[in-house]
Amino acid sequence: MTLRPDISVPDPEALLEQPGSMWKITLRRFLQRKVGIAGLILVTFMILVAAFAPLIAPYDFQENFIGQPGAERWLPPCVNFLGCEETQHLMGLDGNVRDFFSRVVFAARVSLPLGFTTVLVAIVIGTVVGAIAGYFGGWTDNILMRIMDVVLGFPSLILAIAIVFVLGPGIRNTLLAIAIVTIPQYARVMRASVLSIKEVDYVSASRALGASSWRVLTTRVVPNALTPLVVLGTLGVATVILEAAALGFLGLGAQPPTPEWGAMLAAERARIFTAPHLMVFPGLAIMITVLGFNLMGDGLRDALDPTLNR
Amino acid sequence: MIGYILRRLLVAIPVLIGVVVVVFLLLRLVPGEPCTAILGERASPEACERFNEANGLNEPIHVQLAIYAGDALTGDFGESIRFSRPVSRIIVERLPVTLELTVAALSAAILVGIPLGIAAARRHNTGVDVAAMAFANIGVSMPIFWLGLLLAYLFAVILLGTPLALPPSGTLSPGSRPMAFYDVWGMELSEGLLATGAEFVSNMTIINALISAQWTILWDGARHLILPAITLATIPIAIIARMTRSSLLDVLGRDYIRTARAKGAMERRVIRRHALRNAMLPVVTIVGLQLGGLLGGAVLTETVFGLAGVGTALFEAITARDFPIIQGFTVVIATTYVLVNLLVDISYGYLDPRVRLE
Repeated sequence: MTLRPDISVPDPEALLEQPGSMWKITLRRFLQRKVGIAGLILVTFMILVAAFAPLIAPYDFQENFIGQPGAERWLPPCVNFLGCEETQHLMGLDGNVRDFFSRVVFAARVSLPLGFTTVLVAIVIGTVVGAIAGYFGGWTDNILMRIMDVVLGFPSLILAIAIVFVLGPGIRNTLLAIAIVTIPQYARVMRASVLSIKEVDYVSASRALGASSWRVLTTRVVPNALTPLVVLGTLGVATVILEAAALGFLGLGAQPPTPEWGAMLAAERARIFTAPHLMVFPGLAIMITVLGFNLMGDGLRDALDPTLNR
Repeated sequence: MIGYILRRLLVAIPVLIGVVVVVFLLLRLVPGEPCTAILGERASPEACERFNEANGLNEPIHVQLAIYAGDALTGDFGESIRFSRPVSRIIVERLPVTLELTVAALSAAILVGIPLGIAAARRHNTGVDVAAMAFANIGVSMPIFWLGLLLAYLFAVILLGTPLALPPSGTLSPGSRPMAFYDVWGMELSEGLLATGAEFVSNMTIINALISAQWTILWDGARHLILPAITLATIPIAIIARMTRSSLLDVLGRDYIRTARAKGAMERRVIRRHALRNAMLPVVTIVGLQLGGLLGGAVLTETVFGLAGVGTALFEAITARDFPIIQGFTVVIATTYVLVNLLVDISYGYLDPRVRLE
């Protein structure tokens, strides 16, 4: 049993330092935490894989090896270094005799941009909705937030499935569906921030100086509400990638021959007992990416939270 | 408290109405005539006319909506196109499977997640803590359909022939025919709500086997439920463990905990009597919030493990463009979700009196 003294003595040196900008402080605090750095490394790694996919992948994601020596459908991983002489396929071949490693690599070019764009769309719309609702209040607020409540009344994946069903399968519609179901969370956070900032002195001062509602909203209120959105958005990319993979797995997301991790798992599902390697890698890729964004989001949250001064 | 419950109800009702309206209008947005979607591309105009007349599709949209909502209130969701049977019958068959899976997963999540979180908080910054949080972080980052496939491979292929082997699909072994509990009890079922309720319960394999003492079926059903339940429980376990840990750590730093320790209370007593009770509030909220994820996850889990639940029904209906099923099931899932959230809100108001006054 230990007694932890809660009173921390401020470092006298630190008190004399120039206070840095908020983002500088955040960055420094972010880099002090192992969790955040681990996340940053994983995310950077996946972004590099996506950016340099054509250089990393030995083959095109559509190229098939029918009739080539040593090539057969569902070929297990064959690595020269490990004594597999005839050919080289790091993750084996899929049911269409395509190099699986190349497909897994190229799929990063689908999931990552999809994750970023979806979150961006959802944040922009959510921010506008939340800001309008919070700033103007009254009926506007009531109607907008009741609409958000209805969206939240559905389990998100179920609503996303229904929307994709209506719009038709495909990557663009996956993006739209997931954006729609995630808008309310951003709108709620934005609205709460706006409500708490609206009555602060500097906002009143700005208004007293004759600034228009629009100007107050865009230059005073929104920038101050951005911090929670940054954290939520980072964690949001993780959610989007998971849900997009789920839609892909159900056959509603990316369509063949587009390489997408979820759809790749679905395509080779029936082979799980004979070609398990085709199950392992796409799932691992999803997990690494999602884990990266989750850890990075956690790190950012800690770094941005001034109450966690340790 | 009653005032609080009424206020929560007043918030839930417009959401429920909104849910029905959204589902109804959403499915009207599907491109093309419903008639050609259902009868096929080459349906003659006369056939279409008759179809529209029979299904009330010639009425203005708000009248259609009113009729649908009215019917839905009495439990009539129309008739499945593919099976030519009432959607409500299919719900009575499918919903119990999903319910059993979800309840099993949520119970597992609570029973594992909370102790895991407590262990991590009590041994803060030790190996136990790091391991538990690493597990939690990986747990929330795994696509659950992938986890399901890996577990199926592990328990049905690698461990095949060992006592640990588990069946990778279905709710019961092929050939086993469980008797409905009302048949075992020698009850006569007539039509009506009670009969539907009894049938609903009898479709929950484990509950049915349990109350009618069919032990082999119970054992078989439980073995089939383990893998899907673990799969579906992983994300909630991770989230609940994290929440329990951070909430408990927060409480353990409070003054009254220091007081309790200072007056010489045993560590076990400090945790149980002083810390846990206060730390559990945010955990209750997070448990309630898991339900949406569980219902969505059930679709994926059922697909992976071939369970005939709501999720697979919905998915099959989407592939077959069976509109009444999609409509009915979405409404039922969303309604369940809204109602459970209402219950969570109410229990929260009961646990934390401050909430009632907001």
